[in-house]
Amino acid sequence: MGAGHAHPLYRDGHSPIHRAPAEVKIVCLVLFVLAVVATPRELFWPFGIYALIILIVWRVGQLPLRWILPRMLIEAPFLVLAVLLPFSEGGERVEVAGLHLSVSGLYAAWGIVIKGTLGVAASLTVAATTTARELPLALSRLGVPPMVTSMLTLMIRYIDVLTAEVSRMRMARVSRGDSPRALHQVGATAKSVGALFLRSYERGERVYLAMLSRGFDGKVPQLAVGVGSAAPASARQWVLTLLPAAAAVMVSVSAWVAR
Amino acid sequence: MTHTPGAIHIEGLHYTYPDGHVALGGVDLTVAAGERVAILGPNGAGKTTLMLHLNGVLTATTGSVEIAGTPVSRKSLRDVRRRVGLVFQDPDDQLFMPTVAQDVAFGPANFGVRGDELAARVREALDVVSLTEHADRSPAHLSGGQRRRAALATVLACEPEILVFDEPSANLDPVARRELAETLLKIDATMLIVTHDLPYAAQLCDRAVIMDHGVVVADDAIGAVLSDAELLAAHRLELPWGFVVPARD
Repeated sequence: MGAGHAHPLYRDGHSPIHRAPAEVKIVCLVLFVLAVVATPRELFWPFGIYALIILIVWRVGQLPLRWILPRMLIEAPFLVLAVLLPFSEGGERVEVAGLHLSVSGLYAAWGIVIKGTLGVAASLTVAATTTARELPLALSRLGVPPMVTSMLTLMIRYIDVLTAEVSRMRMARVSRGDSPRALHQVGATAKSVGALFLRSYERGERVYLAMLSRGFDGKVPQLAVGVGSAAPASARQWVLTLLPAAAAVMVSVSAWVAR
Repeated sequence: MTHTPGAIHIEGLHYTYPDGHVALGGVDLTVAAGERVAILGPNGAGKTTLMLHLNGVLTATTGSVEIAGTPVSRKSLRDVRRRVGLVFQDPDDQLFMPTVAQDVAFGPANFGVRGDELAARVREALDVVSLTEHADRSPAHLSGGQRRRAALATVLACEPEILVFDEPSANLDPVARRELAETLLKIDATMLIVTHDLPYAAQLCDRAVIMDHGVVVADDAIGAVLSDAELLAAHRLELPWGFVVPARD
């Protein structure tokens, strides 16, 4: 599917991971993350295997490291907390390069960093291989209520329209000598937020009228396969796509047994 | 009164908005099946309000609207909406699904079309507006002209007998404007075109209705209406500089 200029987290491709049904990828992601989170942090080898699983998936999905690693910086703000833990926690201490660090704090920090990193890596993998337009249908197949998926559908579509509107309004203000960073002009910014709310509200009403006039009765109908909606996943696709999650669950269980 | 598919009969239509503003003050209008009628008039004349009555998005305060002999009422709503397709002014209001194909499928799917027939409807509608190769793109990534034609396809896929357009040529560059006109001329349906673009009305329609202050003030052949400079001027309409209404056969 030629998505044109899609989301920066999406990487267009035709790999088996791209073709895997979105609903199964979501289930696989959730299971994988649960398995990682449930693994005791005192062991190191399970996390090595998890990382290996992700590397293999990236390889199959043709996601180059230099493309995906910079995107993993999203998690940086969360790591700040982890860095503080070895200093703030109490209990037994060790000396590393002249610093007295808490052992339990070090373990906690390691747990946060490695589990967070694996979680972000797995989520980015799904994001990089799944387009936003596949999500509503995938979620509705997983039993998410139609109200929620309709909201998601509208959000996916109108977030761009709204962003464009915001930047047009901003440009019109700036071209009349406004500098949005100056404190004394915060009033103008606040008013344009208000204006944007009203415009969005009115647009929402017009969109609803247009939907009504095409026979909308509150439910987004099931569309035909081939009309931008993929066939539901087959049993074989479920099994194949869940392989990474199955491997992770096995690793997690063995970790608990081995401990 | 007529029972032909594609015919419109409006009698004594009044509509008052909840805030008390009277938008329509007694509209009478009959359109025969297959006619192409331009609805002209200044801003605030009630043109869009009239359009919203044609498929029951708004319901008359008093008076009646009949589509193919069936009065528009709560009971006939679904049938009326299948027969009458509205193409809104801003395609961003009309196109709300993640891809063009899904949006085109939305209308017919609401009317119970499923499976292969739905896929066929989508293909045909996209073919009429020459957007087949853009089926799986997001409407956000189309040009203005393509978006307008996509909005038309979403309505055509419902196979309406009557098509109603709100300012179809607004915000289009000259080529997109001509391409849309060419598309419209090959569609076989009753058409109501609400517009300020008088040359466009002259090109597409046989008959023109002028509305002002919520009532119909003129109703005649398009050539006669557009040649009456006094009538046009009285309702804040005028032909663009240099435009001469072409003679009709």
